[in-house]
Amino acid sequence: MKYLALRLIRAVLLLLGVSVLCFLFTEMAPGSFFDEMRLNPQVSPDTIASLRSRYGLDQPLVVRYGRWVHSALRADFGYSIAYNSPVAPLLWTRAKNTLLLNTAAMVLTWLISVPLGVWIATLRRSAWDRAIDGLNSILISLPEIVVAVAVLAIVVRWRVLPVGGMSSVDQDALSHWARAREIATRMLLPVMILTLVEAGIIVRHVRAAVLEILDAPFVQAGRALGISNVRLMLRHVLPVAANPIISLFGLSLAGLLSGSLLIEAICGWPGLGPLILDATLARDLYLVIGGIMLSTLFMLGGNLIADAMLLACDPRIRTGRADES
Amino acid sequence: MNRKASILILALAALHLALLFTGFLAPCDPIAQDRDLPYAPPTRLHFRDTSGWHLRPFVYALQPGPDGYIEDRSQSFLVRLMVRGNKYKLLGLVPLDWHLIGVDQPGKIALLGTDEFGRDEFSRVLYGGQISVAAGILATLVALTAGATFGVVAGYYGWIVDEALMGATELFLCLPWLYFLLGVRAFLPLHLSATRTFFLLTAVIGLIGWARPARLVRGIVLTARTRNYVLAAKGFGGSDSYVMRRHILPEVMSVLVAQAALLVPRYIAAEVTLSFFGLGVNEPTASWGNMLSVLQRYSVLVSYQWLLAPAVALVITSVIYGLLADALLSRLEFQST
Repeated sequence: MKYLALRLIRAVLLLLGVSVLCFLFTEMAPGSFFDEMRLNPQVSPDTIASLRSRYGLDQPLVVRYGRWVHSALRADFGYSIAYNSPVAPLLWTRAKNTLLLNTAAMVLTWLISVPLGVWIATLRRSAWDRAIDGLNSILISLPEIVVAVAVLAIVVRWRVLPVGGMSSVDQDALSHWARAREIATRMLLPVMILTLVEAGIIVRHVRAAVLEILDAPFVQAGRALGISNVRLMLRHVLPVAANPIISLFGLSLAGLLSGSLLIEAICGWPGLGPLILDATLARDLYLVIGGIMLSTLFMLGGNLIADAMLLACDPRIRTGRADES
Repeated sequence: MNRKASILILALAALHLALLFTGFLAPCDPIAQDRDLPYAPPTRLHFRDTSGWHLRPFVYALQPGPDGYIEDRSQSFLVRLMVRGNKYKLLGLVPLDWHLIGVDQPGKIALLGTDEFGRDEFSRVLYGGQISVAAGILATLVALTAGATFGVVAGYYGWIVDEALMGATELFLCLPWLYFLLGVRAFLPLHLSATRTFFLLTAVIGLIGWARPARLVRGIVLTARTRNYVLAAKGFGGSDSYVMRRHILPEVMSVLVAQAALLVPRYIAAEVTLSFFGLGVNEPTASWGNMLSVLQRYSVLVSYQWLLAPAVALVITSVIYGLLADALLSRLEFQST
């Protein structure tokens, strides 16, 4: 418990650190939202000055940061200048879509890649194993953006799936069931791309973890005792091989909000990614910071959950000396 | 294993040489537009006409037709090696106008077709590769230099320095890096000259990535610090900086090389991603990212497949680097066991 508490404190400190970093960057950078306005001769410098003071941008950095932290503690991340509305609800409506997409992709990815990794490990360095591993290395080294564009090109060309957005125009006219189906079909493409991008790495790690245990003497002994392969795998090998897989699962959780920015933007999924991208182009300060903070929060939360799971699964960590890793 | 690694290194060397000698290999100026030939498909090389087979390939002139372009069989132009064309500077130094291939004037050769402004896609892939790959390599150098410096310092001095630096790495490791990159970009002026954006971007990408190499290096330094030869060098009165340079850095080198092979493709992809969204290197300077950004329009994506050429180039580069990183990493593992 003490271990987890320490981790939690650390996570909070890290979150603070990230926010400080964000504010430092805003201070150091030369540009601001009002730059474009300043070029417009119809807007007087006084207007800009009054706008700046309305958004509190004329205050010194420390005051701004203090105010921001104060309101962020009450889940208020400031005011978006471009959308002219509070940041938190903007982020939240989009974050829900991103979470929906990534949860689906994550479930699919893990359902596919764990059995696949275990199966490849049981091939035990045969020609098949080497061939699959080689293919997998290539798959892993493909950049996300290329996978996304290539899959999109195929799908658009042969019109296999509806592309873009999350629902069709007439969604209000549809029943709940039909709407869910509509969303599901439109989700298929980004989910497919995300799975393709992520499965490779998980398969590789699962294979490596299982392969290491398969060579252990106790597995040989179990086999000699006549324990069936399936039982041996599920009852004896997988629990021992679980540690790196759990860490990886934590990473997956951590990326729930931030892992799909690129793919959302390319597929037109109305998630957090496109919102932050637009905010970047509009230099909408607090919206960008809010997005970074929210996804950092998920990162830290994911890591924390992974720590808790490791603690629950591995007695070695419970006996202390865990902080050294 | 060794043979595989050397083949990969050879392929990598060939790739980088091609990018170094881009001016010579590319038949056209990458920003020269030809408004009469937008979205022309890759030029077909012909060896046979009505009079029979020819040894030297030739191309026909293109005429806009009802459905794309049609070849005008009455005008043919021979493809030649070593022709004079637009001026460029070889390696940025030697002014030249020789090109490896070209066609007789006023013919046009576009080996990979043309983009929406009629610019030669093949030349742009090469010139864009210069930008994208250089961005990847420079960012990697920044990340590894910062990482190695901080890692060595943290591991060597230990105590509070170590605690502080490792806390900082944790901070950078938990950042959702693409979001953070966008954030940093948001605070930089949107319209910058291509060179300034290029250097700012590489610096930012590299600086965000210093944490992981720093941790790896620190781990190695921690074990290297207690080695007998390090202790001996210290005993003989070697200064801290001498011991770090002479005895500890070489130990770290092999890990850094493997990390470089891992990071370069990742940072190339980072540059491509940013430019893809219009946040990186701006037009008219070619980069693989901003060349791909036209594909955000589904109509272009469906009709003009040759515009996927930068993606193919990116894949080739990433796969070679990725396989090399695999080979180097497994070798490191092999050595350490």
